[in-house]
Amino acid sequence: MIGGFPLAELLTAALIVVGASFALIGSWGLVRLPSLMERLHGPTKASTLGLGGMLIGSVVFFQLVKGEWTTHELLVSLFLFVTAPIAANMIAKVHLHRLRLGEKPGPADPPTAPRDGSDWATYEAPREGTPGWFPDE
Amino acid sequence: MNRLIPHPGLSALLVIVWMAMVNDVSFGALFLGLVIGLVVPLFTAAYWPGRPRVRFLPGCAYVCLVIWDIIVANFEVAAIILFKPNRKLQPVWLVIPLELDTPEAITVFAGTISLTPGTVSADVSDCGTYLLVHALHAPDPSAEIARVKQRYEARLKRIFA
Repeated sequence: MIGGFPLAELLTAALIVVGASFALIGSWGLVRLPSLMERLHGPTKASTLGLGGMLIGSVVFFQLVKGEWTTHELLVSLFLFVTAPIAANMIAKVHLHRLRLGEKPGPADPPTAPRDGSDWATYEAPREGTPGWFPDE
Repeated sequence: MNRLIPHPGLSALLVIVWMAMVNDVSFGALFLGLVIGLVVPLFTAAYWPGRPRVRFLPGCAYVCLVIWDIIVANFEVAAIILFKPNRKLQPVWLVIPLELDTPEAITVFAGTISLTPGTVSADVSDCGTYLLVHALHAPDPSAEIARVKQRYEARLKRIFA
């Protein structure tokens, strides 16, 4: 309480509500978007600003209400930011393979081939001279 | 010096992460953090052969820019999910030609694209010269490619120079 006005509580509540709203909208996107690749966009949202808002709310709560510093929230967001793209990337690659196998996972079209004469890396084993290739394997 | 601390950036990061994990500023915690910061780079040196040089200050500016873009893009994607019907949605695969050539720089570029809502990077071409990205709503794909290249790739080229 600052001068009888619950500023810290209001700020914490606002941040948590904003974060939770973004998580809810992300989940709603997961339900209503037409196919797998579009649906991937919903959760990436929920995990950035949705969780970010809630974590900042937690930092504000512990600092202003409890009077102690916490840094765990920063670590949570750091690890989340490092790992979230990997998960999305894996799902996208599985989707690419299902498209190539002729399965019809959804209305999304298969991507065009890259213009450098090769194929997308997930379809091919690493070749000599490419970044995934190591001579001593 | 170089043999004792082969990767000063990684050592500093480990000490900071350790101190944040302990959540306490004390001599004991700092000592253990320093030990970890010294030992882990020595034992993991085999995993980063030929690591690139990273410019620190442009790197920090880049992180701030990406965080700001994530916040803005969150609102854009929220508006799309809430108000744009599926038949008006124009999802598209973007094939982005890469000027970055180190695997680390391409990884950061792809990670940035995935973290910004509205675009997910799916794959890289076998020769490492094209990036496959899926965009949720891009009425003008070539403009979107130009935007991503100019906003992120140009900066990364300077950071990983």
